Amino acid sequence: MAKRIEVSDLNVYYGAFQAVEGVTLTVEPRSITAFIGPSGCGKSTVLRTLNRMHEVIPGARVEGKVLLDGEDIYGSDIDPVNVRRTIGMVFQKPNPFPTMSIYENVVAGLKLQRKYKRPELDIVVEKSLRGANLWEEVKDRLDRPGAGLSGGQQQRLCIARAISVEPQVLLMDEPCSALDPISTLAIEDLMQELKERYTIVIVTHNMQQAARVSDKTAFFNLAATGKPGKLVEVGNTTMIFNNPTQRATEDYISGRFG
Amino acid sequence: MQPGAISGSKDANKGRWLDVGFRRLSVGSAVLVLIILVAIALFLLQQALPAIHKDTANFLTEQQWRPDDTPAVFGIAALLYGTLVTAFLAMLMALPVAVGVALWLTQYGPRALARPLGYVVDLLAAVPSVVFGLWGLIYLVPKMIPLSAWLSTYFGWIPIFKSDAIFGKSIFTASVVLAIMVLPVIAAVTREVFLQVPRENQEAALALGSTRWEMIRLAVLPYGRSGLISAAVLGFGRALGETIAVALVLSANYTVSAHLLTPGGNTIAANIANTFGEAGSLGRGALIASGLVLFVITLAVNFGARAIVARRREFTAAT
Ligand SMILES: Nc1ncnc2c1ncn2[C@@H]1O[C@H](COP(=O)(O)OP(=O)(O)O)[C@@H](O)[C@H]1O
Ligand SMILES: [Mg+2]
Repeated sequence: MAKRIEVSDLNVYYGAFQAVEGVTLTVEPRSITAFIGPSGCGKSTVLRTLNRMHEVIPGARVEGKVLLDGEDIYGSDIDPVNVRRTIGMVFQKPNPFPTMSIYENVVAGLKLQRKYKRPELDIVVEKSLRGANLWEEVKDRLDRPGAGLSGGQQQRLCIARAISVEPQVLLMDEPCSALDPISTLAIEDLMQELKERYTIVIVTHNMQQAARVSDKTAFFNLAATGKPGKLVEVGNTTMIFNNPTQRATEDYISGRFG
Repeated sequence: MQPGAISGSKDANKGRWLDVGFRRLSVGSAVLVLIILVAIALFLLQQALPAIHKDTANFLTEQQWRPDDTPAVFGIAALLYGTLVTAFLAMLMALPVAVGVALWLTQYGPRALARPLGYVVDLLAAVPSVVFGLWGLIYLVPKMIPLSAWLSTYFGWIPIFKSDAIFGKSIFTASVVLAIMVLPVIAAVTREVFLQVPRENQEAALALGSTRWEMIRLAVLPYGRSGLISAAVLGFGRALGETIAVALVLSANYTVSAHLLTPGGNTIAANIANTFGEAGSLGRGALIASGLVLFVITLAVNFGARAIVARRREFTAAT
């Protein structure tokens, strides 16, 4: 069950510093939306506000609205814990729990919700690892440490862990930036499969990747260092890459930036 | 043939000599530590064995300690009992509180408060034990009397709380002083350990929709497990070997009693401090024999902890 995200007039602050100003965009269900833009323009910041992960950082706060199928995730009666169960996240650096086996890593989030019987967990582990295209590689060593896998495998393990709780939305912050090209392709293929069921938002600094995988692209930019980042334009990926309406987008896409 | 860029004498590099020098230094230090350890053990054995030989009682089971009588009667039973019980009780009280303090300082407390309080804990860990002993003697012992009386009135049906004489200078009081003494030590080390937990792992747990406590259970406690065990061993070791603080708050006698609120009891270290001065030659040998027992226990506890840590080595942070 994928859901739509509507962001309107979003401002994000770290203490007194405004990192992002006036972002308004809609993320369609069962599609991949890519955030691109130069580093420091607030892509990660915006992404983290979509599941309230920015609240982990002391001093970070938002203004504006983020609606998940019409429901304000910043509503006064909304628990951020529930928001994060619904909107999962994969980070830039693969971060499996180092003290856990592959199996335990996959079910870590699930075990938070209620008691599961072992056979139930077995089913979820296989399903999630298959979903993350990792099952064939690790099915014989599920009790080995998750941190012993290669970087690409670890990242797919993290994806398996994120989808094991069946979120409605998956947020990915440069999930391939620490990976080799083969692993990157594996994850891109995986995203195409995942978008059948999930709403996906991916931050990437790799424009070819955005062009390859995403349906919609949002280009963020920074007027100057110390100024807040802004959303320049958002549209269908083919339109953004072939026919952008803004000069800044065109410059960035064609590599004539800065 | 021209000499290539990578040819040249192997020993010409200055860094290489430093490398060799450091390796020798570190191997040398490690060997030195081992030699000292063996030398201590040999010294203790050489002093202790003749005394144990002259003992007319069984050294392991006898409670009394009269090595300078003729015939000599002494045994480790009461001292060992007192040592283990005080240290164990102290850990029972201190460990959960110390972990709680460390969690508050690293996870729950507001940064502006947690940082200075962290320094305070570090400072407390460095307070000499005689200060805790004096504080225990002057302040805590009188306060323990009503508490002990209350415990024995309402919980006297449990053997450990049964007491006929309430005087404050009991095994229980000694345990409380030890607990207060080791608490900052354990908390300080545990705090350092929890500070090392990678932010990525904490964020991974939170992003899965865990509450703060669930995040601690998923990411912080398992990651800190081996460090936590080390901290506990450090605290337990200090409690086992603590001399002056126990000597000050305990009214010593040589009995094994389950009634922990009753005055009396003794520990190996406190007994050495209290009686070494007046001991005759056999008495000294006997005290050294008791010191040997303490040495062996401490080693055993350390090795036990290492074994526990090693069991899940592959799953520790160091991968
Ligand atoms: N934890 C933080 N505390 C303070 N400032 C931050 C923090 N994280 C990011 N910023 C600032 O916010 C701005 C946007 O950062 P970020 O969202 O990470 O950019 P991007 O992901 O596009 O590279 C930058 O100026 C960055 O320095
Ligand atoms: Mg970023």
